[in-house]
Amino acid sequence: MASRRISSRLFHPQIHGRTYSTAAASPSSRLNLPIDYKSTPLLHHTASTLPDKLDLPASTSSKSMNLYQAINSALRTALAKSNQVMLFGEDVAFGGVFRCSMDLQTEFGSERVFNTPLTEQGIVGFAIGAAAQGMKPVAEIQFADYVFPAFDQIVNEAAKFRYREGATNVDIGGLVIRMPCGAVGHGALYHSQSPEALFAHIPGIQVVMPRSPSQAKGLLLSAIFEHNNPVLFMEPKVLYRAAVEQVPNEYYTIPLSEAEVVKPGNDLTVVSYGQPMYLCAAAIESAERALGASIELIDLRTIYPWDRQTVLDSVKKTGRAVVVHESMVNYSVGSEVAATIQERAFLRLEAPVKRVGGWSTHTGLIYEKFIIPDVTRIYDAIKQTLDY
Amino acid sequence: MILLADSRTLYRSLLSSAKIPRRWGSSISQRPGSDRVRFPGAVNSKFTTDMEFINPTEVSHIPTYRVMDSDGVLVDKTRKPLDIPKEQILEWYKNMLTVSVMDVIMFEAQRQGRLSFYMVSAGEEGISVGSAAALTPDDVVFAQYRETGVFQQRGFTLKNFMSQLFANQHDNSRGRNMPVHYGQNYPRIHTISSPLATQIPQASGAAYALKLQTLQNPDIPPRVVACYFGEGAASEGDFHAGLNIAATRSCPVVFICRNNGYAISTPTLEQYRGDGIASRGIGYGIDTIRVDGNDIFAVYEAMREARRIALSDGGKPVLIEAMSYRVSHHSTSDDSFAYRARVEVEDWKRRDNPIIRLRKWLENEGHWNEDIERDTRDQLRKDVLKEFGEAERELKPPLRSAFEGVYEEVTEEVQEQMQDLKRIIETYPEEYDIRQFKDGINGL
Repeated sequence: MASRRISSRLFHPQIHGRTYSTAAASPSSRLNLPIDYKSTPLLHHTASTLPDKLDLPASTSSKSMNLYQAINSALRTALAKSNQVMLFGEDVAFGGVFRCSMDLQTEFGSERVFNTPLTEQGIVGFAIGAAAQGMKPVAEIQFADYVFPAFDQIVNEAAKFRYREGATNVDIGGLVIRMPCGAVGHGALYHSQSPEALFAHIPGIQVVMPRSPSQAKGLLLSAIFEHNNPVLFMEPKVLYRAAVEQVPNEYYTIPLSEAEVVKPGNDLTVVSYGQPMYLCAAAIESAERALGASIELIDLRTIYPWDRQTVLDSVKKTGRAVVVHESMVNYSVGSEVAATIQERAFLRLEAPVKRVGGWSTHTGLIYEKFIIPDVTRIYDAIKQTLDY
Repeated sequence: MILLADSRTLYRSLLSSAKIPRRWGSSISQRPGSDRVRFPGAVNSKFTTDMEFINPTEVSHIPTYRVMDSDGVLVDKTRKPLDIPKEQILEWYKNMLTVSVMDVIMFEAQRQGRLSFYMVSAGEEGISVGSAAALTPDDVVFAQYRETGVFQQRGFTLKNFMSQLFANQHDNSRGRNMPVHYGQNYPRIHTISSPLATQIPQASGAAYALKLQTLQNPDIPPRVVACYFGEGAASEGDFHAGLNIAATRSCPVVFICRNNGYAISTPTLEQYRGDGIASRGIGYGIDTIRVDGNDIFAVYEAMREARRIALSDGGKPVLIEAMSYRVSHHSTSDDSFAYRARVEVEDWKRRDNPIIRLRKWLENEGHWNEDIERDTRDQLRKDVLKEFGEAERELKPPLRSAFEGVYEEVTEEVQEQMQDLKRIIETYPEEYDIRQFKDGINGL
């Protein structure tokens, strides 16, 4: 497992100026263009939209941050707010391989911010134990691809802790497990995975994935302080440096298990979360222009327990739905969303619910762009669903 | 002791004012001409020109600490006398007897189909009672499942045991766990879970939390975590993770391995080839001792000292390997004579077990005799059977307990599922017997 020690610099596409999976975009591309994070409507490029969107006072001060800085800001806010908060994992002390814990050990001391030995099952087990004594441990798994040694601790222990303790009233609600996830251009088999669907199958844990810096901070603080359940917090690592927006400086939260209608529309609903939200926004823009349709975009934000009502209300209005995510399409979040829509909005549906996800294979290095959904595939799914 | 807030300020001012070059934990360089290696991974290793592999069979085995022999006589005549009050020792004895009497009755009850499952502790009552006796009520315990004596010693009542075994409405785990998966809030013994060894890294994390809490608030008395597991569980990856992380983070935790010779059918020869579990502790840099688990005095003294060590130097883990023999079957689902000789078991039962040994000591001291033994056993049997009968007749928890407790609040999705189940039961009442559940259909 030494491969994870590959410097995180490798995972910042801008440094190399290109990704290693180059074949999918061609000079003639009109759909598969690079996401321009500077102009995407999904980010708060100015502070003016923040107070309204995040329900904060107009006097709220903010700062331009990328995703890793927003995570860092959330962790700093959390460590300052409560001395129950602890932060640990592999290489966390010097700032983390993705810089998310920069300066935090210096500020809060090595008792609360520290390195652990290289053992994922140990990290999660340790975190469960600390949470059981009332602490708020924020454990880091260096890549979501390496969470599997801790699968037993998460599934059999963390998720079932409150249930099996019953009337002793002991729980591990303070537990948060953070992990970078998702494709990054050249992560191949073990630096690309998005295992959220595996965890969404487990009652007892909340699974969250933010799409932007301001969302990441609000959702992470919510996970630590506002929800008394163990939370798996998945951070799309391709956004760590790419997504930049205004992020409030103060403590604020975004509730878990509530989806966000990012853009209203009447003819079709696109449901997604995490990085593909940007691809969806681009595909929707093209589709609305080319096909003259009005498309609603929903960000799930929390993958489980998920906000069924918001999605169902939308689909009952539009009659059509496309679900988009990076991870493999079969037995996926898309499968659950599609089945729920079919069951509860059957009479309103005018087309089958389309799932757009990674193909049912592994993320072979040079094939990434062909395997995970791109703007073209999302555009095509929208078009097919509208044409049905 | 420096408060965290202070240490933070101190650290900051050190960083900003001092011109001293920052030293990194791993900054270790080789001194010229030294006879010792200064690699960062082994900073005090002597050079040698003898190419010699360390052969574990040639290293002397870790000795087993004992206080009294199998006749209940103190072995070391020169040692200072036991500093344990007689009343306390009698209480231990009664606690071991209680577990033993309950075990016989419940094993039989399971055989009659009156409860779904049971696991006895025969031969290991001394380890659990003796070690728990050295803990304070504020210490926290993580157990495996064969530590009934720990619960008995820490105030779990016969009613608590029976409620859990029969999964009735007074069961702490609300009828959700298999029998013998006990748990209590205070003195805290975390509810037992079936997956082996998962509690070991959890114990390390809990111990770290206790240490931090005392560091943050010196009014909180120092506490330790005691973590129990068998020698089979020690083969799991979580054992490695838990001990290593406890050592690197200096956690005040005492690991107690019950080495009883078998993991279900697997003898230790197929479990490991080193010198038991104790030899591994040293490899992790952990203070380690092996004790005679049939000798409750040895277990108690070792645990008392382990607790002291665990709280020294700002916290450190300790490993105790307590040797015993699993006299019983692994569980009610196991017939151990399929893989070991009946005569071997009978030998252990007759020749040496913790209850007989302590009884001999008590008799030698004039604190116990045949009459008291018979009366005590009769009374315990009556007490157990009384609670047994009452627990068996009690109602089960309401059906909503099946759904509650997954999350802090029942999700809207699950609320719908509860209503759906209610509808199903009401539509097909002849298909479900819900009379034994509290509040019947209204329990949903």
